[in-house]
Amino acid sequence: MAKTMNPIDAQARKLDTAKVRQARNTGVILICLSVLVAYVFAFGTSGGDAVFRLSRPNDPWAAPNLVVPAMAFSYIAAAVLAFLGARQFMRGGVKWTGLSMGFGLLLAVAAFLVWATAGKSFSLTGMLQATVVRAVPIALGGLAGVLSERVAVVNIAIEGMLLAGAFTGALVGSLLGGFGGLAAAVAVGGLFGFILAALVVTYRVDQIIAGVVINLFVLGVTSYVSSQVYQEFRFLNNAPVFRPVRIPFLSDLPVIGPVFFQQNIFVYGAFIMVCVATYYLFYTRSGLRARAVGEHPQAADTLGINVYRTRYINVTVAGMVAGFGGAWFTLGSVGRFDEGMTNGLGYIGLAAMIVGRWHPFGALMAALVFGFADSMQQKLALLQTPIPSEFLAMAPYIATIILVAGLVGRARPPAADGQAYIKE
Amino acid sequence: MNEQTESLSEKLLQRAAPGRVDFEDMVVVPVFAVIVALILGAVAMLATNVDLATIGRSYVALVVGSVGSVNAISETLTAATPLVLASLGMAVGFRAGLFNIGAEGQLLIGGMAAVIVGFSFAGMPTYVHLPLALIAGAVAGGLYAGIAGWLRAATGAHEVISTIMLNLMSYRLVDYILRLPVVQREGRADPISRSVLDSAELPRLLEWIDPNLRLHSGLFVMLVAVFLVYWLLFKTTFGFEFRASGANPEAARYAGMRSGLIIVIVMVFAGAMAGLAGANQTLGVLGRATPGFSAGIGFDAIAVALLGRSHPVGVLMAGLLFGALEAGGRQMQVDAGVSIDLIAIIQALIIVFIAAPLLVRKIFPWGFQKETRAGKE
Repeated sequence: MAKTMNPIDAQARKLDTAKVRQARNTGVILICLSVLVAYVFAFGTSGGDAVFRLSRPNDPWAAPNLVVPAMAFSYIAAAVLAFLGARQFMRGGVKWTGLSMGFGLLLAVAAFLVWATAGKSFSLTGMLQATVVRAVPIALGGLAGVLSERVAVVNIAIEGMLLAGAFTGALVGSLLGGFGGLAAAVAVGGLFGFILAALVVTYRVDQIIAGVVINLFVLGVTSYVSSQVYQEFRFLNNAPVFRPVRIPFLSDLPVIGPVFFQQNIFVYGAFIMVCVATYYLFYTRSGLRARAVGEHPQAADTLGINVYRTRYINVTVAGMVAGFGGAWFTLGSVGRFDEGMTNGLGYIGLAAMIVGRWHPFGALMAALVFGFADSMQQKLALLQTPIPSEFLAMAPYIATIILVAGLVGRARPPAADGQAYIKE
Repeated sequence: MNEQTESLSEKLLQRAAPGRVDFEDMVVVPVFAVIVALILGAVAMLATNVDLATIGRSYVALVVGSVGSVNAISETLTAATPLVLASLGMAVGFRAGLFNIGAEGQLLIGGMAAVIVGFSFAGMPTYVHLPLALIAGAVAGGLYAGIAGWLRAATGAHEVISTIMLNLMSYRLVDYILRLPVVQREGRADPISRSVLDSAELPRLLEWIDPNLRLHSGLFVMLVAVFLVYWLLFKTTFGFEFRASGANPEAARYAGMRSGLIIVIVMVFAGAMAGLAGANQTLGVLGRATPGFSAGIGFDAIAVALLGRSHPVGVLMAGLLFGALEAGGRQMQVDAGVSIDLIAIIQALIIVFIAAPLLVRKIFPWGFQKETRAGKE
C-alpha cells in the first residue's frame, strides 16, 4: 500500500498522524485535569456553597448572586472533563481537539475558583473588572509588538517604551495636567520607537540587542532621575489620575456594565486602538504594504514600496502605542512614578503578541487571559487558599510559558521577522 | 552591490591581515564608546541640575573608586567576578544563536542552591564542602536554564520569552524558599536564609593586608572558567558545533548536528555559569541569601557579553570595565552625591555605541582606516 501512495497522500497521512497525536495528548491532559478536579477539589472541599456576587447593592438593575454548591459542581466538572478527554480517543475526536481543550481549561479554572470560594463569597464582577484593567498595558504592549513585527522589526524594547511612557506621563502630567502628560507620554514612546527604527534600519544593529539596550537605557535614565530629582522635588511626581468615565445607559447593565463601560480612557483607548489597528493592517492599502514589507521586503521593494520608510513609520507608531500604554501605569492608576514600575509587563505583552498570532485582536484576547490570571491570583490571596501566595503570583508567568509553548507550533511570525534589510 | 563588495573585501582583508580591522573592532570602537558615554553621562548630570564642579568631582571619584587604591581594586575585582562568570555563559549562548535573558533567574536559583548546601552538612572539610556548594549552584542554575532550552527544542517556544518568565518566577520562588522553616534563619520573620558555614565560604584573598578587603577566591573560579570557555569554544568539537549552529543553523543541521540537543546543552551550560556566579556571590560576598541578592548582575551580564563580543577574553575585559564602573559608581555616590543609577545610563550608552559601529564611525570618522583604502590593500 505504501508503494502506491502518491506524495500528497503521504503528506496528508503525516498531517493526520500529527493531529491524532495531538488529539491523544489533549485527551491525556483533559483526563489528568478531571482526576485533579475530582480528587483535590471535590474531596478536598469543605463543602458549602460558593457565592459569587454579580452586582453591588445600589446598582440600578441588581442581578442576584450566583450560588454554586461546591461539591456538586466539582463532581460535574470532573465528569465533563473525563467525558471530553475520553472523546479524544474515539473516532472523530480529532475534529474537536482545540475546542475541547479550551472548554476543558475553562472548566478546570471554574472548578478551581469554586473550590477556593467554597463556603465564602466574593465579587465576580470585581474580578472581571480588574481583569480588563490589568489587561490594558499588556494589550497595548502586545499591539505595539504586532505593529512593529508586522514590518519585521522585533520589538523587545516594549518594556522600555512602557516605562518611558509611565515616567513621562507622571512628569509632564504633574506640570501640565492629565492630557498634557498623556500627549507627552505618547510623544516620548514615539521617540523611542523612532530611535529603535534608526538603530535597526539605518545602523543595522541586531534587533534584539537594540531592544535590550533601549530597555537598559530607559531603566537607567528613569531610575537616575527619580532618585536624583524626585527625592528633592516631590511635586514633579504627583500627577492627576484619569477617573473612570461612565458610558450612559450601557454602564448600568449588570456585570457587563461595570466590566466594560465604567472604565477610564485607557481601557476605551486600548479597545479602539485594537480595532483601528486591525482595520489598518488588514483592510487598507498601506496596511497591506506594511505586511508585505514584513513578509518579503525584497519583493515589496521591487514593487516600489519604500521598505525603510515603512519600517520607520510603523515602528514609530508602535512606540506611540506603547507610550500610551505606559501612561496607564501613572496617569491611569496611581499618579506617581516608581523605579522599574512596569515590572516585566512589556515582556508579557510580547508573549501576548505571540499567543495572539501577530493579530491585534489575538493579542487583546491573550492579554485578557493574562489579566484574568493576574486578577485571580490577587483575589485568591484574599480568600486564603492553602496554596502559598508566591505560587499564585507565578500564575501569569506559568500561563505565558504554557501558552507560548503550546501554541507556538501553530503560530507563524512574519517571514522576514528579525532580519535587517539591505537595499541593493 | 557596493555594500557587498565592501563587505567581501573586508572579510578578505580580515583573513589576510587581521591586525588592523581587529584592532579597530576590539579597541578603537570600545574606547570611543566609553568616551562618548562618559560625555553623555555628564550631559545627563547637567540636565538634572548638577553643577560642573560636582561633575568633575564625580568622575574623579569614579576613577579613584575603581583603581585608586588596593581597596578600590579589590572592590572592582569582586564586582567583576560574577559579571564575567554569568556573561561567559551568555557568550556561549550568543555564539550558538541563543539569546538567554534568564541569567538573573539562573543566578538566583544557583545562588540559593549554593546557600542551602552551604549551611547544611556541618563538619565537612572545606575541600569537600566548598566544591560541593559551588557544584550545587552550577547544577541548579543549569537545570533552571535547561527548562527554557528544552521548551525551545521540544516546542519551539522562543527562549527570550521563556527565560524572561523564568526570571520573574525565580523572584517568587526565592521568596518562597527563604520562608521555608528549614532555610529561614531562626528567630527571623523576614525572608533571610541561614548563614553559610565557614567550611563552604570562598576564602578571602587579601585578609593579610586588611580584613575589610572583600576580594575572594571566586576570582580563580572565574579565571578558570574564562580559560575553560575559550578551550570549549575554539578547541573542541562541541564548541565548533555551537558556533556552527549559531552561524548557520540550516547548514549545521545538514552537516548532521543535532540542533535540539545543542540548544539544550548550550542553555544548560549558560545556566550553570550563571548559577556559579550566584554561588560566587552567596558563598564569597554575602554569606547568606536575601530576596533580590542578584542585584541585576544577570542583566548587566548581557551587556558585558555584548561588549566583549562573546569572546572569553573580551568578556573578561568588559567584565573588568563594568566591575570598575560599579565600584567607582559607589564611590561617586558617596563623594559627589550623584546617584549610582547614572552608571546604568553610561553602561547602556556604551553598549549602544559598541553594537552600532556604523554610528561610531559616523561620529569619529578619523579613528578608522578608510574602507576604500582597505579594499585596495
